[in-house]
Amino acid sequence: MSFGPNPWHQQSWDGRAAANFMFGGAGSGLIVFAALAGGPTWLLLAGAALVGLGLLSVFSELGRPLRAMNVIRHPARSWMTREAMVAPVVFAAVALAWFTGPRAAWLSGLLAGAALAFVYCQARMLQAAKGIPAWREPLTVPLIVATGLTEGGGLWLLLASAAGPATVLPWVAFALALTARLALWLAWRRRLRAASRALAAIDRAGHAFKAATLLPLALAILAASSPLPPAALIALQVVAGALAAAGGLWFKFTLVTRGAYNQGFALSHLPVRGVRHI
Amino acid sequence: MTRWAMVADLRRCVGCQTCTASCKHANATPPGVQWRRVLDMEFGEYPDVQRAFVPVGCQHCDEPSCLDVCPTTATKKRADGIVTIDYDLCIGCAYCAVACPYQARYKTERATFAYGQASAHETQRRDDSRLAVATKCTFCVDRIDAGLAKGLTPGVDPEATPACVNACIAEAMTFGDLEDANSNVSRLLEANQHFRMHEELGNGPGFFYLWDRLEETKP
Repeated sequence: MSFGPNPWHQQSWDGRAAANFMFGGAGSGLIVFAALAGGPTWLLLAGAALVGLGLLSVFSELGRPLRAMNVIRHPARSWMTREAMVAPVVFAAVALAWFTGPRAAWLSGLLAGAALAFVYCQARMLQAAKGIPAWREPLTVPLIVATGLTEGGGLWLLLASAAGPATVLPWVAFALALTARLALWLAWRRRLRAASRALAAIDRAGHAFKAATLLPLALAILAASSPLPPAALIALQVVAGALAAAGGLWFKFTLVTRGAYNQGFALSHLPVRGVRHI
Repeated sequence: MTRWAMVADLRRCVGCQTCTASCKHANATPPGVQWRRVLDMEFGEYPDVQRAFVPVGCQHCDEPSCLDVCPTTATKKRADGIVTIDYDLCIGCAYCAVACPYQARYKTERATFAYGQASAHETQRRDDSRLAVATKCTFCVDRIDAGLAKGLTPGVDPEATPACVNACIAEAMTFGDLEDANSNVSRLLEANQHFRMHEELGNGPGFFYLWDRLEETKP
């Protein structure tokens, strides 16, 4: 038995915090794909720029920005601290790749590993926010990571199309990430049933998110399995990449802002007053 | 060891908000910030309805989620269970506010006053160190520490007791040491059925709600 007023929307984090998760995840995903699938080095720079943009955005939400360096004081327990500590590693790895030219395998590994660690920290940050049922659900972690990878994969396909059609392998990786994103989203959504207000807000964006996952997935399967002319492949890259990235960004914006209802207050028992009839 | 805790008797609270007012007076919180709130809850449908007044605020949890997420270590937990905020370390990221399942934390960006301009009282009590950082109920930790230094007993001696407890007109709120079997809170918990809010989250709140006598003590 549970009583209490309806949950209400959290007022502490707005679009600026959402932008950190949106751009941070998309930028990290782009770095992962650029590190593992290749392409021009400026793709890495674009990924780092997105990560930086997200951090700059959340920086603008700090009440005391001049003390921002205090953010690194709690690595033992805070995922926000860990995110802040991984970010310089991402930037340093991208700078190293930029200045050293053709990438060695270890550097690609460092780039992908640091970017993955960054998006993982972001996912754990959300999941550690116990006050918001839609965030604290354990499946939030793999869902945010998978969404970041699909956004990054989408951006990679979109931007790398300028250099020609992609090979089969990036398409397959992209399709796998999209499949994981869809499966995780469906499972995560099922587990949110108790949080009805959050679920209603998530579902309002859900159709767009599903469409922006299924359509790129279909296009990826088509591109990976059919011998298409280069111009058609490039067109598929642009459409699939843009859709996957936009869908992921929209989902995270919704999750951090519109779907962020708290739990409200609840009484497991009501007070027993007055004359008792035994 | 000591574990300070609050007990609210839901049968006694009349929702007068005197505790809220006394907290604001004692802690000089700005408009809109209520470290001690009393919720007015209605349940059921006519004619089977019930109303409950529920004091809420920081629960000074055993495992505070605000402490885990705080990136600056501004949020700390003392050995006696009181969760504190170091306003000089806090960066105002509000991560703790979204991590708290009890909506106990506030962040006020700029100084605000009850009637537009600062009154003499508000000017005197103004504390800019609490602007743009997280704030919350402290269990009136300064009163507790000062009282203990004088040899007083928090929860018993008003000078060492949180302001909300002192002000309660119905004796609905009680403060004391959970580790002391003879303390006022331990005796209340022993004699009454009680619960803690959102127990399933595992935070271990230091805020207990009484709702009925124990079966053995019923006439």
